[in-house]
Amino acid sequence: MRLIAVENLSVAYGGTTVLSGVDFRMDAGEIVTIVGPNGSGKSSLLKAILGAIRPSRGRVTRAPGLRIGYVPQKLFIDQTLPLTVDRFLNLPRPVGAAARDAALKRAGAEDLGKKQMSALSGGQFQRVLLARALLGDPQLLILDEATQGLDQPGSAAFYEEIEAVRRDTGAAVLMVSHELHVVMAASDRVICLNGHICCEGAPEHVASAPEYRALFGTGTRGTLALYRHEHDHAHDHTERDHGHG
Amino acid sequence: MELLDSFIFRAALAGTGVALAAAPLGCFVVWRRMAYFGDATAHAAILGVALALALSKPVFAGALIMALVMGAAVTMLSDRGLAVDTALGVLAHSALAFGLVAVSFLTDVRVDLMAFLVGDILAVSRADLAVIWTGAVLVVALLTWRWSALLVSTLNAELARAAGVDARREQMILTLALAVVVAVAIKVVGALLIAALLIIPAAAARPLARTPERMGVIAAAIGVSSALGGLWLAWQLDAPAGPSIVCVAAGLFAVTSFTSR
Repeated sequence: MRLIAVENLSVAYGGTTVLSGVDFRMDAGEIVTIVGPNGSGKSSLLKAILGAIRPSRGRVTRAPGLRIGYVPQKLFIDQTLPLTVDRFLNLPRPVGAAARDAALKRAGAEDLGKKQMSALSGGQFQRVLLARALLGDPQLLILDEATQGLDQPGSAAFYEEIEAVRRDTGAAVLMVSHELHVVMAASDRVICLNGHICCEGAPEHVASAPEYRALFGTGTRGTLALYRHEHDHAHDHTERDHGHG
Repeated sequence: MELLDSFIFRAALAGTGVALAAAPLGCFVVWRRMAYFGDATAHAAILGVALALALSKPVFAGALIMALVMGAAVTMLSDRGLAVDTALGVLAHSALAFGLVAVSFLTDVRVDLMAFLVGDILAVSRADLAVIWTGAVLVVALLTWRWSALLVSTLNAELARAAGVDARREQMILTLALAVVVAVAIKVVGALLIAALLIIPAAAARPLARTPERMGVIAAAIGVSSALGGLWLAWQLDAPAGPSIVCVAAGLFAVTSFTSR
């Protein structure tokens, strides 16, 4: 089932074009990752898909009644705003204690309900955001660099949570990530973005594409080679073992 | 009502009305870090007052319209890529300057303008009271109605969008509420101190509150206490009323900040 269709999308801010001519489709149950350098329009693409920004050209079509759960890149809550986790999950409309607790449990954030948002650690905060995204029983989960600010074990554990969610609920996942090894391991499809779509396809295909290497080849060659190595030869176990350690 | 014949009672009613509306709105101003927006709106209102006096139109309408124009102008400039604080800085001070220049051409109303800069709560008339309380009830009703939507769009625009809330619309609602509060408060505390009445009660309420709703209510209580206490202080010391109100609010802020840590 088609969830999202993006046709010839362009986005501009104050005369500066950040995205041009993007075509993109997403089907139920897929995990799609968007990679790209800073300023390549990754967040803008997500925001256009959410409907939070208006395209300057082209259009975004969502499946009728599509339920989207969104985990933002970072959420700055001013210290002056007193807000418990439960209240946060009840915004903008109350969801009931059972649904709240189920979502917190699902996201691995049990027993945090009574805490103040400002008292949470980085990892706890992201799990609460995930719980919030799961509240509406989403068909599509959108994550914008959701593990920014987490350490390696923290983000590995977080992505495991995401995979578990997809496994159990069948929700499609669209995410932006800087962590290329995660991309390689977990995605069905990778989109390489740099103002336009440079290349896309299965992770192995994208990793070997010249456009992708042109973008990520120089700065991160060492790391990337390592991750590719991990992916090619040590598929699942290395990753997992480290994740739990 | 005989009581309304007493200017001090009218002043107390006016201060209470403004404080009730300013406090919950002030919470949003604090949470969204738009303190400067309050200043800009108030400065724009001065231009509105000047124009209204020049054209012999109601002062409230002039202040309200210019405050709204300011809100729209800031949104437009920041959409065009200008940093919000720069846009506010340019517009706020330009509006104030234009207002002062405009008023200098109206030699006979110069005294009146001073009243709008620092406020003259003791001169509040029955008609002013009607305007203030209508505005206050309107703002409180608007904030209560949109409370949750405003809260979620305060957290994050995209998060709001994903929950079916248009953050832009909520921002416009806040701008509207701010314009109304500034327009009704300009006579009570004056354009220079309106932002204080928005921010200080909210900031003073923060250490005492664990939920946003309670912070709004406590801020309102602190705001009303400041208004009444300030009036009493002004009466006792023969001091200007508007600044006295802000002084009491500042005192309450000091008390809650230092006792709760």
